[in-house]
Amino acid sequence: MSTESIAWPSTPVESRSFVDRLHEWIATVDHKRLGILYMIYALVFLMIAGIEATVIRIQLIRPHNDFVSPQVFNRLFTMHGTTMIFFVIMPFLFGFANYLMPLMIGARDMAFPRLNAFSFWMTAFGGLLLYFSVVGANGLYGAGNAPDVGWFAYAPLTSRTFSIGHSTDFWTLALLVSGVGSIGTAVNIIATVLCLRCPGMTLAKMPLFAWLNLVMAGLVILCVSPLTAAQMMLVIDRYLGGHFFDTQAGGSAVIWMHFFWVFGHPEVYVLVLPAFAFASEIIPVFSRKPIFGYPVMVGATVAIGFISMSVWAHHMFTVGMSSAANNFFVISTMAIAVPTGIKIFNWLATMWGGKIEFKTPMLFCIAFLFQFLVAGLTGIMQGAAPFDWHLGNSYFVVAHFHYVIVGGILFCFFGAFYYWFPKMSGKMYSETLGKLHFWLFLIGFHLTFDFMHIPGLLGMPRRIYTYEPGRGWDTWNLIVTIGVFFQAAGILVFLGNLIWSYFRGKVAGNDPWDAWTLEWSTNSPPPVYNFASIPEVKSRRPLWDLKHPDDPDWEYE
Amino acid sequence: MRLRGSNKWRFLGSQILVFVWSASAAFADAAPPFSPTNIFAPASTPAKAIFGLSLFVLAVTGVIFLVVFSLLLYSVVKFRKRKSDDGREPPQVYGSNQVELAWTIIPILIVVALFMATARVIASVQKAARPDNAIEVVAIGHQFWWEYRYPALGVVTANELHVPVSNDDHPAPTFIKLLSADTDHSFWVPRLAGKTDLIPNHPNSMWIDPHEPGIYLGQCAQYCGTQHAKMLLRVYVQQRAEFDGWIQQQRQPATVSNAVSQGQRIFETTACINCHTVAGTVANGHFGPDLTHLMSRDTIAAGAAMNTPENLQQWITNPDAIKPGSLMPAMQLSDQDLNALTAYLETLR
Repeated sequence: MSTESIAWPSTPVESRSFVDRLHEWIATVDHKRLGILYMIYALVFLMIAGIEATVIRIQLIRPHNDFVSPQVFNRLFTMHGTTMIFFVIMPFLFGFANYLMPLMIGARDMAFPRLNAFSFWMTAFGGLLLYFSVVGANGLYGAGNAPDVGWFAYAPLTSRTFSIGHSTDFWTLALLVSGVGSIGTAVNIIATVLCLRCPGMTLAKMPLFAWLNLVMAGLVILCVSPLTAAQMMLVIDRYLGGHFFDTQAGGSAVIWMHFFWVFGHPEVYVLVLPAFAFASEIIPVFSRKPIFGYPVMVGATVAIGFISMSVWAHHMFTVGMSSAANNFFVISTMAIAVPTGIKIFNWLATMWGGKIEFKTPMLFCIAFLFQFLVAGLTGIMQGAAPFDWHLGNSYFVVAHFHYVIVGGILFCFFGAFYYWFPKMSGKMYSETLGKLHFWLFLIGFHLTFDFMHIPGLLGMPRRIYTYEPGRGWDTWNLIVTIGVFFQAAGILVFLGNLIWSYFRGKVAGNDPWDAWTLEWSTNSPPPVYNFASIPEVKSRRPLWDLKHPDDPDWEYE
Repeated sequence: MRLRGSNKWRFLGSQILVFVWSASAAFADAAPPFSPTNIFAPASTPAKAIFGLSLFVLAVTGVIFLVVFSLLLYSVVKFRKRKSDDGREPPQVYGSNQVELAWTIIPILIVVALFMATARVIASVQKAARPDNAIEVVAIGHQFWWEYRYPALGVVTANELHVPVSNDDHPAPTFIKLLSADTDHSFWVPRLAGKTDLIPNHPNSMWIDPHEPGIYLGQCAQYCGTQHAKMLLRVYVQQRAEFDGWIQQQRQPATVSNAVSQGQRIFETTACINCHTVAGTVANGHFGPDLTHLMSRDTIAAGAAMNTPENLQQWITNPDAIKPGSLMPAMQLSDQDLNALTAYLETLR
């Protein structure tokens, strides 16, 4: 097997009209194009939800501020949360999984290309539905507008008594529709990984990326289904006279919490496992060593998948569960720290004894390791239920989950963008702008989310549009808001880098990182059918074997 | 009933915890540093139990942080690619079962220790026995205010909870039953106890036994609608005699003199009585706070404004100026009627 035989011979591209090219993108079933569509879609929503976050933070810059009204503020945090989870991070991870999975396992496409396109458009439609509420939700004059029930939409605030008009319906339908897309993509990922691996690639020789996304897809099917069921019950309550969550007719507000968090906590691992997947690809390449403890990493991933299904009610320590139930969720929550800790130690051991190159993707992954460590430790604090009786629903928990989602997940996504940008575009990004993005975002992140823990410890609850002076919260909130502007600047540099590099970047070549997985063996960007001939592999690092015929991996694995 | 410090020597039997608990006692006796709602300035047994646990958890996680962060920093500095690099790949190491076993077993042991400490505190707070002399309060969350009922004492009030001091010599804990009239709320006065949610159709309970008199602040900690932010909590901890006096005063019906009957007539012939009660009169609404002893309270609008005549007038004519989105309607009254009505309210002592 040689690099040349795998790569597709480059053919000159005929110039076509804009309408033709647009049609090709909209009607595409190609996993790479769908992957890029997912990412562009996610970037657009990242901008929108980022602006929402900025407005929220401006409102909270000082006590008794009146930059926005309480009604607008409540819509902003609802839309910010819903958008970031369902229409930014989820499309990002599906986009990367779509783009990279067939390339990394030596396949020509996903298992079900049409389902793939269907899933993307369902997700896209869901996001549009959510934002259509801003103009379309007015059931009564002056009511309506965007949803304002919070991203976990606790009953009975979502009942027709307390949510007049159709804003909650748009929220419900958006999540229902995008949930269909998520499940479709999850089915597709599982089928692709199980059925389309190239010859020689046993399950034990897949890149960790494939393993992590396989477990992620399994979790999506298990956790999005209860969410979809709950949304349907909510629609039945609101329009067909049901009483599932109608507390005035014997329904239960707590059952909604269970349904939501049975989705909500595995969802955290749905979001974080792909981030782990990027770290597990990027850290070895820039440390110049194979991933440390591959079988243990796989085992830890599967363990996280199982344990994550049994921790949901740690979001509900304050709802008055029995002490037995509290104890169960304490032990299961703390137990998940063990496989997660194993992962952090294995990444550290991968770097140990290597030759670490501080390219932008690696910088983001190192920051991820640090931040995920902190996020895990604050997670343990909240796992200790009595401590959570204070921390739950305070700004501490807001800081904690932003540490996970921004400091952990988003940092890895940025790393992944820079790492695979040369493959996807064929162009090299600007390392200078990449590093500028990294440092701006790192400073902004720590200003915002480090200091956000403190008002939580001083008794500041989340989701308040304003606060009283004299509680010791003022200074911290000011610093938190200042950090937002650094983050915003970082994001602008990131977008500028992507656009500038796409048009002006240097040609990247097939394998700019001297990497080891199959996607680097084909052209950049890869041709429609990925590989001229389907590769055969003998180890987890097929390109290492190719580059070091005297010392191949398969002799050791 | 576990009171402060009574079980500190048995707590896990661990030397670390002994230290932690002594530190907590020293810490708690000081004035609240930084903030009146600081969770690290506990003033009641449940809050102190949580404080002890939180110091233990912070110590354990702090040590883990230092160890792992040092390893990360060391490997980033030590194993960076140097300028003098020879371009050869470093030794390819695939893993080590011994090392993996070590960093699996050690975290499991840490988790077990953390779990045992946590389970102990869960039991001490959730399974505390309720003594016969406990004060019984029913707290009902409303959009966006608090109703307090003392069923055994025949008192109904709003937004400002009064409880007696409880100490080792005279334990008088307060047990609070938590109900909701509409959406979810959460009762959180950080210096007294962790938060517990008020959920419709799902009664909860919690208890506090404040050791020192004073005013303890907090606020609703579960998003409950537009004015979640201004659903503030005030707990007045009083010496026993003072508390008994307050109860006596709250049990009296409203006293009305003839001089202000004009204001009373306005109150009783407008929409006020649809929502508000003044005991001993025809006003018996239940959607809003009981106003029988309105003037005995320091604040109005669930702590959003001080209880002054000017604020009262503003609250009656334009509640949105104080608390936009609250369910109090703006009353369309002439200046004369407004003055008479305010004068009447000011007699409700």
